[in-house]
Amino acid sequence: MSNGWFAGLDPDDDAAAVKRIAAGQADTPDDWPQQAVDAGFADDEADYYHRLHDVTMAATSAAVAEQEGADDQQLVHAVRAMADCERTANELSERVAEWGGSRYGDSGSGVEYARSVTDRDDEDEGDIALRSLAEQTVELANEADSLRAYIERTAPAVAPNLSMLAGPVLAARLISLAGGLEALAKKPSGTVQVLGAEDALFAHLKGNAPSPKHGVIFTHEYVRGTRREDRGSAARALAGKLSIAARIDHYSGDRRPDLQADLDERIERIQARAEEGDSE
Amino acid sequence: MTLPTGVERHDFGGETSLATQGQPVYGERTDGDWRRWDPHRSKLGAMLEQGMETGLEGGETVLYLGAAAGTTVSHVADFGGPTYAVEFAPRPVRELLDAAESRQNLFPLLKDARKPGSYAHVVEPVDVIVQDVATRGQARVAALNKRFLGDDGRLLAAIKARSEDVTADPADVFDSVREELSAEYELLETARLDPYHEDHLGIVARPRED
Ligand SMILES: C[S@@+](CC[C@H](N)C(=O)[O-])C[C@H]1O[C@@H](n2cnc3c(N)ncnc32)[C@H](O)[C@@H]1O
Repeated sequence: MSNGWFAGLDPDDDAAAVKRIAAGQADTPDDWPQQAVDAGFADDEADYYHRLHDVTMAATSAAVAEQEGADDQQLVHAVRAMADCERTANELSERVAEWGGSRYGDSGSGVEYARSVTDRDDEDEGDIALRSLAEQTVELANEADSLRAYIERTAPAVAPNLSMLAGPVLAARLISLAGGLEALAKKPSGTVQVLGAEDALFAHLKGNAPSPKHGVIFTHEYVRGTRREDRGSAARALAGKLSIAARIDHYSGDRRPDLQADLDERIERIQARAEEGDSE
Repeated sequence: MTLPTGVERHDFGGETSLATQGQPVYGERTDGDWRRWDPHRSKLGAMLEQGMETGLEGGETVLYLGAAAGTTVSHVADFGGPTYAVEFAPRPVRELLDAAESRQNLFPLLKDARKPGSYAHVVEPVDVIVQDVATRGQARVAALNKRFLGDDGRLLAAIKARSEDVTADPADVFDSVREELSAEYELLETARLDPYHEDHLGIVARPRED
């Protein structure tokens, strides 16, 4: 006798259901919708199919992510490596700019300047040394770009809702700052709001600074694009939705397009205050 | 031959084609909320276009083997009932998930069609199996999945000759697939799917009682 995927499961335990879909077995199929209703797992057939859709979507996207080797820890490594490459490329660019300025007198900065140095064809030994450094710098910047592309490809499988709301790169940053998707899912939204602002938070706790209104979520257009007076509210609203998204991603893996509509509406309301000309 | 309910012929920029109602999936043309079912991209579409007696009426419970990115199975879910989509390659399944997002009756499963025990705890007995796995051992896949079909069930399979043997004459490959399949199924109709799909054989079959 074979059992359906739902046998003995708590209907609210999405994570267990996802595991069953992935790892369960049966020799022969059976009238699972009827059995699920009889067992009280689903209210009726429609309810059963609704649950089945949610849980097969979640299980299959998790299985895809797993088979492609993309889990939250891979994402954490990738986003940290991307940040290292970006920071190092920027630092080296400054070095190239300083050195280049001393030789060619032209001023410039950043990776773009390093790129322009790689195109020069001066033959002096010093030119060659500088050009080689510039090439390495550009290579690092390119590496950062390909890591970014990897993150953009894999974050939506690891954390679909969080990636939808935050964009894949910010989603990966938040997961990285928390130390993993599970850790992020367990943080209160007030903590999510200031993730990445640990220095400012520490200064505040020591009593010599105001409490930070936002951490890395400042890079989100909904925070940055809101006028200064309302940024705290926007950051709070965004962090709230991101926390919910992270929890759904971790515990069930369901896709919830309605979260985006909710967030859009909240932010619209906050930004509308500016037009009405009154705050609060 | 009559088309299943939910499948109609519509005009797409001067060309009449099969169509179903649902969210577009692969950049196909649309006419209002009808979307073109391109027989060149779908073997089941080609079987219907060839006038094969699939027995499909609309609303069937379906097990689809080899769903890939969801091109065909999305149309099946548009006119069918509960539709279980099995595919074992992770890459196309990303797109299959997108197609299933707007289709509450489409259940994507990352599973190997040669291991029916790994999804029989999820898939219920179905009215129809659609098979398009394009891999060696296509008759065996059909035999292994026979357990999902009731006595009146139908197997609608597309057999790709080159998947069995690249060098052999397709006609010989089809003969041996037909013969192997006949152990478990009674073949009701077979037809080549040219010009839509070269060296493919469409098969309508029903399970033999055992
Ligand atoms: C020709 S494509 C299917 C196209 C699809 N039926 C459509 O029309 O949209 C064949 C698919 O079968 C899949 N496949 C091959 N062997 C399989 C197996 N044992 N289990 C599940 N899927 C398999 C392949 O990965 C491939 O995506």
